[in-house]
Amino acid sequence: MRLYAAVAAGGFRRYATYRLATMAGIFTNTVFGFIGSYTYIALWDERPHLGGYDQPQALTYVWIGQTLLAACALLGAGFEDELIERIKTGDIAIDLYRPADLQLWWLAADLGRATFQLIGRGIIPMAVGALAFDLALPGSAWPWLAFLVAVTLGVVVSFAIRYLVALSAFWLMDGAGAAQMAWLASAFFSGMLLPLNVFPGVFGEIARALPWSALLQVPADVFLGKHAGWGLLQAYAFQAGWAVALLGAGRALQAAATKRVVVQGG
Amino acid sequence: MIVAMWVRSTMTYRASFALTAFGNFVATAFDFVAILLMFSHIDALGGYTLGEIAFLYGTTSTSFGLADLAMGSMNRLGRRVRDGTLDTLLVRPAPVLAQVAADRFGLRRLGRVTQGLLVLGYALVVADIDWTPLKVLMLPVMLLSGAGIYASLYVAGAAFQFVAQDASEVQNSFTYGGNTLLQYPPSIFAQDLVRGVTFVLPLAFVNWLPALYVLDREDPLGLPDWLAFLPPVVAVVCCGLAALAWRAGLRSYRSTGS
Repeated sequence: MRLYAAVAAGGFRRYATYRLATMAGIFTNTVFGFIGSYTYIALWDERPHLGGYDQPQALTYVWIGQTLLAACALLGAGFEDELIERIKTGDIAIDLYRPADLQLWWLAADLGRATFQLIGRGIIPMAVGALAFDLALPGSAWPWLAFLVAVTLGVVVSFAIRYLVALSAFWLMDGAGAAQMAWLASAFFSGMLLPLNVFPGVFGEIARALPWSALLQVPADVFLGKHAGWGLLQAYAFQAGWAVALLGAGRALQAAATKRVVVQGG
Repeated sequence: MIVAMWVRSTMTYRASFALTAFGNFVATAFDFVAILLMFSHIDALGGYTLGEIAFLYGTTSTSFGLADLAMGSMNRLGRRVRDGTLDTLLVRPAPVLAQVAADRFGLRRLGRVTQGLLVLGYALVVADIDWTPLKVLMLPVMLLSGAGIYASLYVAGAAFQFVAQDASEVQNSFTYGGNTLLQYPPSIFAQDLVRGVTFVLPLAFVNWLPALYVLDREDPLGLPDWLAFLPPVVAVVCCGLAALAWRAGLRSYRSTGS
């Protein structure tokens, strides 16, 4: 346990080192937050209460998206490129000999990364959004806490998906194609472009049942108080269910993959 | 020649090329799918119909796609400055700018241009445009001028990276952010933002001003009509300024010495 805590701290520090990159990220998140806000204002002016949100809630949704963009790796870019590279070059063989579990190791590192990204790239855009627009921010501490739990579960689901993608490199050799497909799916089905509540009909129902909705849609709805009491537990159960299923699949795939590893000499 | 080399190298893995080109196509298409989903609930956004928004979307995406095809590799300059590999380019007998632009030239970026042109084609069919010869002529001119303006943003951003070393994200917020902004009608944004995009960053000349003319729309800032004919001039001025910035940046370059 102490080992994984150290790995997580390392993941945090590693991203904290690049201050300029963090500032550039904050700037980008803020710019896109403004663009998104204005389009949502126009949309909600036409159709008030679209997707069950009033306008301040819709705007809050935009800024939550920007806040979680880096933390939940909604547009990809976390550890997966590195793991794919290690599988491609064969360095993975060394990792497998380490007295630590491969999946837990990367999970710890990714949680550290996500914690930094949430603080480093999340707080300022949210604050700017709250100053510039009329947001529906919860008044008491409780929804914020509930939100943090949902975000944590979302990060774990996000990790589990990206771990599966990275492991595919054992079979595909080049994971770039799979990574890109995963990135596309997550950009669209997390609700980053448009809340999943606004997706019409059966398509919307399917989108809301997919694991990606655990990354942004569920945490946003928890923040906006859409899930209360039993509903909140149900939302958590939905996220945790996907987390367990996907982590389990990752574990099975990892077992199958390790059998395939052939260490080349030279 | 460097471009041809990178094209040949990507063509070695045809399946991977097809997949990534398709991926680029889908990635950009999702933006438009989001707009289509919005229009499943509404008839007009900021007073603009789907066809008109598709026109805005198609023009900016095509221009941006062309610029990205030519200059998208500029993002990598920061990394080259940091690890010192820019030196290799400096000693070669070819313009550094051309080399950086051709660096890892990605033909897969054609996916973005294709998608932009498809949406534009859709817009031309659906949108109710009162065509005149001048408007027909305006279309290719605005696409090319727009590409020029975006390209100069890429070059200026790259010049800035000589100083900042790692700021490709800031550059992205101007290029990708500008592209996203111009996909929507100016009427939905705050006036100050529109003013900034028109006069500070001349992005509005990529499509807003000429498109408002083609679509017979009022400019929310009440600017005169003749501004719609300025994009080529603006593009030339921007390219000139970007070239100056690039030269200043390159002169200030000090190798890492490692």
